Amino acid sequence: MLAYSLRSLAQGALVLVAVAFIAFSMFRFVGDPVVNMLGQEATLQDRRELTERLGLDAPFPVQFARFIGNAARGEFGVSYRQGRKVSDLIRERLPATLELALLSAIFATGAGILLGVYAAINRDGFLSNLVMTGSLVGVSLPTFLIGIGLIYVFAVELRWLPSFGRGETVALGWWNTGLLTDSGRKSLIMPVLTLGFFQLTLIMRLVRAEMLEVMRAEFIRFARARGVGERTIQLRHALRNTLIPVVTIAGLQLGSVIAFAIVTETVFQWPGLGALFVNAVQFADVPVMAAYLMFVAAVFVVVNLIVDLTYFALDPRLRSGARLAKGH
Amino acid sequence: MRSHEPETAPPENVSPAPEPRLPALARAWDSDLAHAFRSSPVAMLSALIALTMIGAAVLAPLIAPQNPFNPAELNLMEGMTRPGQANEFTGRSFLFGSDPQGRDMLSAVLYGARVSLLVGAASVAFSAVFGVVLGLMAGYLGGRVEAIIMRIADIQLSFPAILIALLIFGVARGVIPPAQQEDATLILLILAIGLSNWAQYARTVRGSTLIEKGKEYVQAARVIRRPAFVIMLRHILPNVMGPVTVIATINLALAIIEEATLSFLGVGMPPTQPSLGTLIRVGQQFLFSGEWWILFFPALMLVLLALAINLIGDWLRDALNPRLK
Repeated sequence: MLAYSLRSLAQGALVLVAVAFIAFSMFRFVGDPVVNMLGQEATLQDRRELTERLGLDAPFPVQFARFIGNAARGEFGVSYRQGRKVSDLIRERLPATLELALLSAIFATGAGILLGVYAAINRDGFLSNLVMTGSLVGVSLPTFLIGIGLIYVFAVELRWLPSFGRGETVALGWWNTGLLTDSGRKSLIMPVLTLGFFQLTLIMRLVRAEMLEVMRAEFIRFARARGVGERTIQLRHALRNTLIPVVTIAGLQLGSVIAFAIVTETVFQWPGLGALFVNAVQFADVPVMAAYLMFVAAVFVVVNLIVDLTYFALDPRLRSGARLAKGH
Repeated sequence: MRSHEPETAPPENVSPAPEPRLPALARAWDSDLAHAFRSSPVAMLSALIALTMIGAAVLAPLIAPQNPFNPAELNLMEGMTRPGQANEFTGRSFLFGSDPQGRDMLSAVLYGARVSLLVGAASVAFSAVFGVVLGLMAGYLGGRVEAIIMRIADIQLSFPAILIALLIFGVARGVIPPAQQEDATLILLILAIGLSNWAQYARTVRGSTLIEKGKEYVQAARVIRRPAFVIMLRHILPNVMGPVTVIATINLALAIIEEATLSFLGVGMPPTQPSLGTLIRVGQQFLFSGEWWILFFPALMLVLLALAINLIGDWLRDALNPRLK
């Protein structure tokens, strides 16, 4: 298990370095940082001084090493557009995005497993068919249209929920949470539903398919033969074996959660990282883009590691022979 | 190919050209694929919807009631007319309603779909060609070429396409001078969406190329010393195209949605040359004052188009899959 974790770790580090290289190249080749910071009218003298101060006269590998060093400490320089440190911008907006992403992941996984198990157990029931058809339509709907639809129904027509923003937030140290106020919680509902919906349909279909597969397995028949109750078989024996591929897919879907968060945050004017990134793209704000890219890559690598380690918790076979893990 | 009449068997020594039979169209009608198509109502309905929409979009300048981007044809008095109702000043009615400038939404939707389809089709073509070529090279040449191409594809596949497209777009914004940006947007979108989707083609084509490579016809071509690129393009390529068409069809729907999403985010087509996504972005502002039709019809068009193309893609995947026959 140790060797396996180490290998995952090394692979993750490799991905991070590759992404850092892309981010660094953006700095080097998109616009001239010196002109960006000094403006067009600066004298040659000023430029030379800034070039030296920023270390832009150093050889490429040295600059790249410095970039990685800074990135590891979370420093990406100053936003071209807002004139503020990128690390401050990210820290301000991180809580909004993390609360949104985590809540929608919990919602999607919880509801997805529940509905998936239900649809698998009552395979031909009216409700299961309804749920399955609904999920098919849901997959073909673009995220932003789901968000707009929710806004129209719950904010414009019914006036139950606010249509944009986070509502009131409470500061806990540097973390601004919307979970502690009424308006904050209300503001979370629609973005969480929008962001969770795609994942929900995916997890639900997956759980259903896996569960139907597992229920045909020998050990289920054996459990029945032993006289184990049907509920216990479904929930303890079948569900547990269903969860292994579900964890993989749900983990790998995190990339798309982040992508859909960009869209969701734009629809609901949610003051998170995704909205920050979209703004940066519109104005070619390279430091912010690079920082966001590194952030996404880091999240991706960490989640992959967690997914890998979760296998060990869920599948006892892997604890003895780590090599089998490649098979999944 | 099925045999038609027993007496068409060619006499010996004549090169196998038994083509004096059915014309091309009739042969296509009789093919396995066409049979599968005619026995699937879902596929026929989706194809009908998709073709109608594509036709209407392509012919937009001829069939649209007005040119929605010619200010001379707009009448401000006709602004915000509800769909199907007569305008209170001029008495004109608009099937899909009109926007605040008096623009007919039906025309706007048709012109918008034109832009969406253009970007979608061009980016799919771009990513298919790019991905197929790289996939062929990876599969046929192997070695270091394969390792590099497939590793890049792996990394790219683990990031969502929309994120990659946004990055490419942002970088291009920084490189292209601001004055030319609006003109370059269309090309930029096509490149960004195309570049964010090539990896899937490359992976699939590499897989089938590895299988084809070991077959005798490829060995024969090698023996007579045909150059590698001729073997790849003339011999292997036609045999790996099946899965590529399936991916391309499904990707057309995805590319249209991706373009709409980018335009919705404000990094795609500008309002002077809107796609369906831009129209939805603009229409969103009017939702709060109850003018739902400015958003609804572009959205409906987008969903129907994507759904119809998706269903065709699904059907094509099943029809071309020999295991399901």
